[in-house]
Amino acid sequence: MAKLNKLQTATLPDAVLDRRQAVPALIENPGDFLMIAGLAGTAWEMSALTHESPGLFGLGGAMGAAPMMGLGLALAQPKRRVLVATGDGELLMNVGALATIALQNPPNLTIICVDNGHYGETGNQDSHTGLGVRLDVMASGAGFPVVHVINTEADMAEGRRLVREGGGLTFILLRVKEGPATHLGKKNLVPHIERDRFRAALFG
Amino acid sequence: MAEAVTQETWPGAIYDLLRANGVTQFGYVPDAGHKVLIDRSLADPDVHSVPLTTEEEGVAMIAGADLGGARAVLLMQSSGVGNCINMLSLTQGGRFPFLTLVSMRGEYGEGNPWQFAMGQAVEPVLKAMGVIVLRAETPADVIPAVTAGITMAFQSGQQVAVLLTQRLIGAKKF
Repeated sequence: MAKLNKLQTATLPDAVLDRRQAVPALIENPGDFLMIAGLAGTAWEMSALTHESPGLFGLGGAMGAAPMMGLGLALAQPKRRVLVATGDGELLMNVGALATIALQNPPNLTIICVDNGHYGETGNQDSHTGLGVRLDVMASGAGFPVVHVINTEADMAEGRRLVREGGGLTFILLRVKEGPATHLGKKNLVPHIERDRFRAALFG
Repeated sequence: MAEAVTQETWPGAIYDLLRANGVTQFGYVPDAGHKVLIDRSLADPDVHSVPLTTEEEGVAMIAGADLGGARAVLLMQSSGVGNCINMLSLTQGGRFPFLTLVSMRGEYGEGNPWQFAMGQAVEPVLKAMGVIVLRAETPADVIPAVTAGITMAFQSGQQVAVLLTQRLIGAKKF
């Protein structure tokens, strides 16, 4: 098998953070948000972090859906802060959504890309970001007014502030080492049950 | 209302009907068949007019809108249906209300050979993904069909496509 070379333009340092600590440290109190989590590791991780909170819709399929679900939700609920947490592979599948979302510019939406540079569920193949593709630059180019990269613990405080206080539509690239996401090993995410729980919690 | 709709007025009548039924998010990939709806949504301060880079974004947006209690619609050309296939597993599996209006190519009188493959595949592909297909062939069909689609989607929680057929829109020669 031919080896894929890292892009010569790759400039970010190697990732050092462990997602099992970094994701909870960034989000802190998940109950403050309406959340969409993309498949697969990120959805398991957010499900564990929130103790399967009804304020989370976790995706087990429909790869590429999470950012645009976040847009529809953020436009529908302008008084709530909406978080999308998704992986680099999921985001890359519909990367044009960054352009669509930036044109709408909902100030209550933050997209967190948990970027491990790999397709973790399918045999840990290198993803495009692992070979140097810059999703933060794509988000800037799409027109996201706030873009923040978390490479180390030192970048975390600003990430936490942006998640909570915003300052406009925000893209956060949380760069983590390859390795497993927190997974409590619970039942499958059943989409119609996820929908019913989410709506029941929001509307009673 | 239906009897007053003509070849000239049906697009505007669809927009009024969608707004009267609380649709506030309009996602679309531009298409001549949807020009009036797109322009009306851009001019309407009370809705979100959302140009998409690919149609499947609109499927996901509709699901997110529903989670937040809003109603959305996807406007696309028949070729765009092919871009939505896997994303429709979200609306089917999640039992999300889903309404799309599809302006058809590749059927009655089509002059562009590139349009036939996807145009002819629209109905079987949508049905395979659990979407109920309604057709509007004449101006008199339009409002009844869209009204039916609105009820089936937003009251009954179904996934529905209303095809604005090439007989209705008029065949393009290119």
